[in-house]
Amino acid sequence: MLHDRDRIFTNLYGFHSASLDAAKMRGAWDGTKFLLEKGRDWIVDEMKASGLRGRGGAGFPTGLKWSFMPKQSDGRPHYLVVNADESEPGTCKDREIMRNDPHLLIEGCLIASFAMGAHAAYIYIRGEYVAEKHALQRAVDEAYAAKLIGKDNAHGYPFDVYVHHGAGAYICGEETALIESLEGKKGMPRLKPPFPANMGLYGCPTTVNNVESIAVAGTILRRGASWFSSIGRPNNVGTKLFCVSGHVNKPCNVEEAMGLTFRELIDTHCGGIRGGWDNLLAVIPGGSSVPVVPADQIIDAPMDFDTLRGLRSGLGTAAVIVMDKSTDIVRAIARISYFYKHESCGQCTPCREGTGWMWRVLNRMAEGRAQKREIDMLLEVSTQIEGHTICALGDAAAWPVQGLIRHFRHEIEKRIDDYAANPHSESVMIAAE
Amino acid sequence: MAVRKLAPEELQPESFVFSPDTEAFAEQQIAKYPPGRQASAVIPLLWKAQEQAGGWLPRKAIEAVATRLDMPFIRVMEVATFYTMFNLEPVGKYFIQFCGTTPCVLRGAGDIRQVLEKRIGDQNHVTADGNFSWLEVECLGACCNAPMVQINDDYYEDLTPENFEKLLDDLAAGRPVKKGSQIGRNTSEPFEAVNTLQDPSLYDGSQIGTWRKRFEEQAQPAGTGEAAAAVASVPQEAKAAKPTAGRPIESEVADTPAERAKKGEAPVNPVDQKEAADPSRATKVEPRTEDAAKPAPQSGKSYVASPGGGATPTSPTTPNAGTPPGQSETRRDGSESKPGVVVDKDNKTS
Repeated sequence: MLHDRDRIFTNLYGFHSASLDAAKMRGAWDGTKFLLEKGRDWIVDEMKASGLRGRGGAGFPTGLKWSFMPKQSDGRPHYLVVNADESEPGTCKDREIMRNDPHLLIEGCLIASFAMGAHAAYIYIRGEYVAEKHALQRAVDEAYAAKLIGKDNAHGYPFDVYVHHGAGAYICGEETALIESLEGKKGMPRLKPPFPANMGLYGCPTTVNNVESIAVAGTILRRGASWFSSIGRPNNVGTKLFCVSGHVNKPCNVEEAMGLTFRELIDTHCGGIRGGWDNLLAVIPGGSSVPVVPADQIIDAPMDFDTLRGLRSGLGTAAVIVMDKSTDIVRAIARISYFYKHESCGQCTPCREGTGWMWRVLNRMAEGRAQKREIDMLLEVSTQIEGHTICALGDAAAWPVQGLIRHFRHEIEKRIDDYAANPHSESVMIAAE
Repeated sequence: MAVRKLAPEELQPESFVFSPDTEAFAEQQIAKYPPGRQASAVIPLLWKAQEQAGGWLPRKAIEAVATRLDMPFIRVMEVATFYTMFNLEPVGKYFIQFCGTTPCVLRGAGDIRQVLEKRIGDQNHVTADGNFSWLEVECLGACCNAPMVQINDDYYEDLTPENFEKLLDDLAAGRPVKKGSQIGRNTSEPFEAVNTLQDPSLYDGSQIGTWRKRFEEQAQPAGTGEAAAAVASVPQEAKAAKPTAGRPIESEVADTPAERAKKGEAPVNPVDQKEAADPSRATKVEPRTEDAAKPAPQSGKSYVASPGGGATPTSPTTPNAGTPPGQSETRRDGSESKPGVVVDKDNKTS
């Protein structure tokens, strides 16, 4: 188990106060000025050296992302946008940061903005998080009052933080859709290039980072890149918030070292699988977008980006959704398909039409009301959605379906057989629309 | 996508005027964005208008927001219909958003849905007393506390049919209710089994400033052999070769698992240690030591020499005063893929 002293989010569960004074006692805002005085390049290099990979799902190296911003402003202001539109099913980590450790986030915003020459940061928080919005706003107000941020602050770098509130659209977690939404439009992703680092919010250089990636920055710089990179496994270093939900005895959020095994994660923190390890059916290891992994492959797998990619899944946001043998796996994935149908922004045809099509077919398959050849057709259609859309929502909709067919084709076939064997069954009336 | 339309004409109010409170809020919101970018405030303003109109957005309210922000009506209309939290039809006094996505379903959201159907009826149907209406929504981001619902602004978590029925009874009767977990959890900790974050030194302020010794030590003139700084076992011999005066601590970083191991504390989990010892999982050191060999001899004299070589991709493009040569060495340990990852070309093209 990760040592308590190596944990960054020391108030993860909210047992202590989230106020500025308490946060300072826990080490937030400690020597921020000193860190800024080390210079922009030092900060970016240190972040690169720490090996921190973005915590929003894609795992792109954070320091590298920061280095993409223009070194010199061409007259346009730079912006930092923090993606707090946490909507990936299974994920609930940023919520805890914002309501229990908001000062780590605000400090991280200052450091990241300084490193990128931005004087304003927008935190885009999802519409449903009303209490979290208030908690974060309270912390921002405290920081302003203590002159930690603001036009004329103790750090000598004019900097403003604004909390912006969304209104319930999963797609706004995509960085360019988030920027569109922040500009007051529908959250429809933009084509890239131009990348946000050149032309983002209001046409200005912008970097969009996940809450967790920003909130860990202060601690990494203080403790050192070598400390952070000494935790975990090569290329998958540091600590990570895992959100374990589903069929475990004690679902919880927990900060752990990257690359601990699934078994250890569950046994140490979640009180084991409901009904014991033999009762485990499958796990979605990184939020609903990543393919499901069957029990035998996941049990002793280290939870990190590269291993899970090797299992043809992904770490994503580290939202671990555990399913035991009582789960109707086809229905569970069909429900995820419904999620993507509901959340597709409608901009690209393959996604707009395909997500609904996949959901309808999967729904029939969950009952067994389908033909076996439709399984291959579904797989084929999913590959026509994947990679043929502006943003990754199309991919995210296709992957769970592909994972289901890859590992549980026999289950679908069994349903079809059972349905066909039932003498009272009705013939298939509805074709795939 | 979902088809979302405005409420039928007969439900639409005659007019909608911003209350002073809403107007003050609008001004405060618009100030957040650069001049001329007031359209950014459209979502916050629609929120406030929805609140003022009693939980839903009539056409007149959308028009009022458009006028206030100097936006074409259709631009505000498309925002109001795109974002699913804007209710286009009247809702109950207690508007229940029920999370029906897979993580909640796994924990029994189906039973919660039955309670809703039994007590309130179909989705989007307001009870006769005007108290309740409900809607199935997608993941609300409280999956460790599933199943859960959001009632107006607040989350109610860890529901069972029993405590949910009681919650609805209390709301209907106007009794105070408890927000958050309904079974006594604080937030998303493992229920009654918290075994992390127990170290009192995290909270008494004793850790403040301990990290600074790393920098104090780097402020010392960097000698040779700094490459070994990251390896915890070297200091003993290295120390003997150097004058101890003025060198506070040889090489430890303030508080790392490696340092703890030396002190005999439990640094990392034994399982992790076993894994680390497994040669098949070991970091590939070969290319790195080769890389390290090049700058190391130069670093003793002047680290400015290394950019001239330009061969080491991980070294900073702009060496900054105060970055000692040993630094880059430590960094290289960080991640296997770094030489591949640091591609300046991307920087230019992006």
